[in-house]
Amino acid sequence: MMYSEKVMEHFKNPRNVGELEDASGVGQVGNAKCGDIMKMFLKIEDGIIEDVKFQTFGCGSAIASSSIATELIKGKTVDEAMSLTNRAVVEALDGLPPVKVHCSVLAEQAIKAALLDYSKKSGIKIEGLDDFDFEEDDHHGELENY
Amino acid sequence: MRKYIYMDNAATTKVRKEVLDEMLPYFSDNYGNPSSIYELGSTSRVAVEKAREQVAKVLNAEKNEIFFTAGGSESDNWAIKGVALRNKEKGNHIITSKIEHHAVLHTCQYLEKHGFEVTYLDVDEYGLIDLEELKAAITDNTILITIMYANNEIGTIQPIEEIGKIAKENNIIFHTDAVQAIGSIKIDVKAMNIDLLSLSAHKIYGPKGVGALYIKKGLRLDNLIEGGAQERNRRAGTENVQGIVGLGKAIELAYENLDEKNEKIIYLRDRLMNKIEENLDYIRLNGHRTKRLPGNVNYSFEFIEGESILLSLDMEGIAASSGSACTSGSLDPSHVLLAIGLPHGIAHGSLRLSLGIYNTEEEVDYVVGKLVEIVDRLRNMSPLFNERKTGVK
Repeated sequence: MMYSEKVMEHFKNPRNVGELEDASGVGQVGNAKCGDIMKMFLKIEDGIIEDVKFQTFGCGSAIASSSIATELIKGKTVDEAMSLTNRAVVEALDGLPPVKVHCSVLAEQAIKAALLDYSKKSGIKIEGLDDFDFEEDDHHGELENY
Repeated sequence: MRKYIYMDNAATTKVRKEVLDEMLPYFSDNYGNPSSIYELGSTSRVAVEKAREQVAKVLNAEKNEIFFTAGGSESDNWAIKGVALRNKEKGNHIITSKIEHHAVLHTCQYLEKHGFEVTYLDVDEYGLIDLEELKAAITDNTILITIMYANNEIGTIQPIEEIGKIAKENNIIFHTDAVQAIGSIKIDVKAMNIDLLSLSAHKIYGPKGVGALYIKKGLRLDNLIEGGAQERNRRAGTENVQGIVGLGKAIELAYENLDEKNEKIIYLRDRLMNKIEENLDYIRLNGHRTKRLPGNVNYSFEFIEGESILLSLDMEGIAASSGSACTSGSLDPSHVLLAIGLPHGIAHGSLRLSLGIYNTEEEVDYVVGKLVEIVDRLRNMSPLFNERKTGVK
């Protein structure tokens, strides 16, 4: 198997799948052409990620990356969620095959896209989002308008 | 032991017991080099010649028209490069299709880099080439038509006899990659005007690493592998005796009770297809409904991605395959699925289940049950499905 046990475990039992009706921020990245789309729903209260859900169209590592990313930010502050890197996602999964690293980038970007949406809706400025480039992963990180 | 269901027979097959039994003595007791003149050598030579006869017989070819190779890819490379190089004074144009195996496509692309021109014929939504387009593509420079007999991914069977006729009328050499068709379809190289035909052993319950190229008597093509005088000076290298013995036995068995065997596999295929169609929405059958290999089932499942289907099936002990990019390490999904007009998103969600002689009705029913659960589970996770369901974009 090309995937770590951790990836398979999250693929088999993904955490926090679904959507949040009363989300404070929603972000979607990726596109069907490339075979991955991630959508993150955040419920934020007093600067804390109270709840998070995701929906993902994609391969095993895309699903596992979204799942573990939700675990990594749930209950954390907005700033902590902002500082989640794709590297942290890869490490938490005990590694991803090189061709699948873009899945972790998508997870990071989906969270940032949801935070951006939250920031716009709430008027609360989030440090570091202004200059965030959602297209840094040229082929896979395309931000779709939600 | 955990239940294991193998539905990837188009990828490779298990070596049949009868085939293995034939092969075994040639690993140890009968280890002679067929080129050696002593008895041990001639035992091997006799075995190789028997296999040659077994292959020739099922194709309605002559024994000396069969040349053993290291498999389908070598046969394709030899046929295409060999004809191109031999005929480069006559012309530099080759006609093929967009849905060929990479052994053909990449060989054609290689030749393009060396001054040859290649026409890649389009296919329709079922994967069939248009015979009128083929005729229109022929020029005075056309030296070779190479069209696969049946497609490995979607199972579509091309009108080979008609293509052979067109090639003959225009005095153009016709090669067909029959790797997927062998063992499932009756092939008569004479009646079908086939000049060159590639085949492989491991798709028909024979060993990996051995195949053959049928070369019509009198047809000249350059060698691919230079060296010793094996295969009548046309394919060098000490013969893979045990492999060749296995190929001979496998092909002979493949054509024993062919109709009966196909009837059973087609019954299983149709049962699998009917059940998938009854139980799942938003799916698309890839390939032609009737001009289709007996064992091939290929569907696209909208809103989900193929690798996650495969992983989920694997967790249930089911082996299958997909045309999704994520299973190949490239960014694009299968060239075959794109050629039949699937958008990328739908092509990523394809699944091929290929049936063989060891599959059972019970397995088919089990697989459908699991597949329905898996597709539902993945769709419930997919933002695309949820948008579709609610109509909210």
